[in-house]
Amino acid sequence: MKISEIENEIVEEFSLFGDDWESKYEHLIDLGKSLPLIDEKYKIEENIIKGCQSRVWMHSELKDGKVYFTADSDAIITKGMVALMIRVLNGQTAKDIIETKLEFINKIGLKEHLSPTRANGLVSMINRMKMDSVKFSR
Amino acid sequence: MLDIKAIRTHFPILQKTVNNNPLVYFDNGATTQKPLAVINAITEYYTKQNANIHRGVHALSREATELFEEARKTVAHFINAEESELIFTSGTTHSINLIANGLSFEKDSEILLTQLEHHSNILPWQLNAQKNNAKLKVVPIHEDGTLQLENLKNLVSKKTKVVSITHVSNTLGVINPIKEIISEIRKLNSNTLIVIDGAQSVPHLKIDVKDLDCDFFVFSGHKMYGPTGTGVLYVKKNVFNQLQLSASGGGTIKTVSFEKTEYVDGPLKFEPGTPNIEGVIALSAAVKYIDSIGIEKIAQYEHELLGYAQSKLAEIPEVEVYANHLNKAAVISFNVKNQHPFDVGTLLDKYGVAVRTGHHCTQPLMNYYNISGTIRASFAMYNTFEEIDVFILGLKKAIKMLS
Repeated sequence: MKISEIENEIVEEFSLFGDDWESKYEHLIDLGKSLPLIDEKYKIEENIIKGCQSRVWMHSELKDGKVYFTADSDAIITKGMVALMIRVLNGQTAKDIIETKLEFINKIGLKEHLSPTRANGLVSMINRMKMDSVKFSR
Repeated sequence: MLDIKAIRTHFPILQKTVNNNPLVYFDNGATTQKPLAVINAITEYYTKQNANIHRGVHALSREATELFEEARKTVAHFINAEESELIFTSGTTHSINLIANGLSFEKDSEILLTQLEHHSNILPWQLNAQKNNAKLKVVPIHEDGTLQLENLKNLVSKKTKVVSITHVSNTLGVINPIKEIISEIRKLNSNTLIVIDGAQSVPHLKIDVKDLDCDFFVFSGHKMYGPTGTGVLYVKKNVFNQLQLSASGGGTIKTVSFEKTEYVDGPLKFEPGTPNIEGVIALSAAVKYIDSIGIEKIAQYEHELLGYAQSKLAEIPEVEVYANHLNKAAVISFNVKNQHPFDVGTLLDKYGVAVRTGHHCTQPLMNYYNISGTIRASFAMYNTFEEIDVFILGLKKAIKMLS
């Protein structure tokens, strides 16, 4: 599936919750539990994403021209956010990842996580995924 | 008794809703909300008095200067200092930097800090120590967040040039017995300069710098209902000439030539450039506001809030409170077993409860407890028992969601 198609799928999924933020966050927490976990050997200093109050480790690999991510975090909500990002970007080409705007985050009512005042580092996370893709596309 | 209902009407922001819930603001250790008296003082200044101070011959400048110097008196009296001992700064961090940059020592001198200190009371001294080849020494704490006073005594020597210590821990709320500590240090080395970081104590405790007998006392305006960008550096009269200038500029001199400059005496020498005039005037409005309520009454009420909140937290088995006692200002740091503080803080925010999560700029203290952060609830005079109930209910729901 294309990035935009997966984004639409997630938006639809979250629209079921309406204004019920508790269910939305419960869902996010569940998603966190399904995160493709990073191999312990990659949990090293240079794979920690800075700017997060919670720690996030991320590893990326290029396979057959597509980028794949694994990650982990010590905070479960952060893990849910990472899981969403990975679900959208996993298996896409570096070029598509670099160009995507990830507008679904606004649409599912989680845009507070994009605010620079929040210490969860979603912005740093997205930057990391894009930077890794830039490296792969060289 | 405080009339909390009336007090809450003085703080317009408390009417705000967050995520469709009434705002419960428990992040007062970071900054307090501002009463109308302070907000209006700023508007009033710009509407009627704005001019540069200490310079103009015209009426407006005279009026602004008078208000500014009147504010110096008001704030000085608030901590029982003389106005000639009171330097206005941009905040506690700026104040400590002025001290640390203004003192130089011979090689192998020692600077004594504590495990409790905020980064702002560590880093300026670290820079000072690098410049002067001095050593930083650290007073350890007990598990309950209190200082190991016996060790403090052992650490003060002939080499100890400065002891810089917080009055109230910003992370734990623990109140240090600084009066006893100061008198003990005086006995051990009468030349040691003593700096007290009062950022977290001034909003909650009656301060009398003469009675404390410290050499420096520093605090911020914005944590005591005043505006951001205002702070105070109290310098005891007889140590004023030990503090060297680390920054200079307009408004600090008697005469200037390229060969030689003669500075004014007193606080103005340390206030180069145009100061935060409206901020200082609004800070004095904050002081008057606190005085109108009564700091002792505020302290007593906040202590009741602290006791109530801690007793409610004790009923939640997953919660672990650090420094779980009542010798504290109205601050509670805690964690939920197996949960990250960020998760708990995020969910509390959704319930409209503002708390702080993270290391609170006290990483050495976090290292002592071997944790990455805590959740901190800190109270002010306008908080209520009902708000604590909302917080506890939100916390219970958050714990349920996370586990």
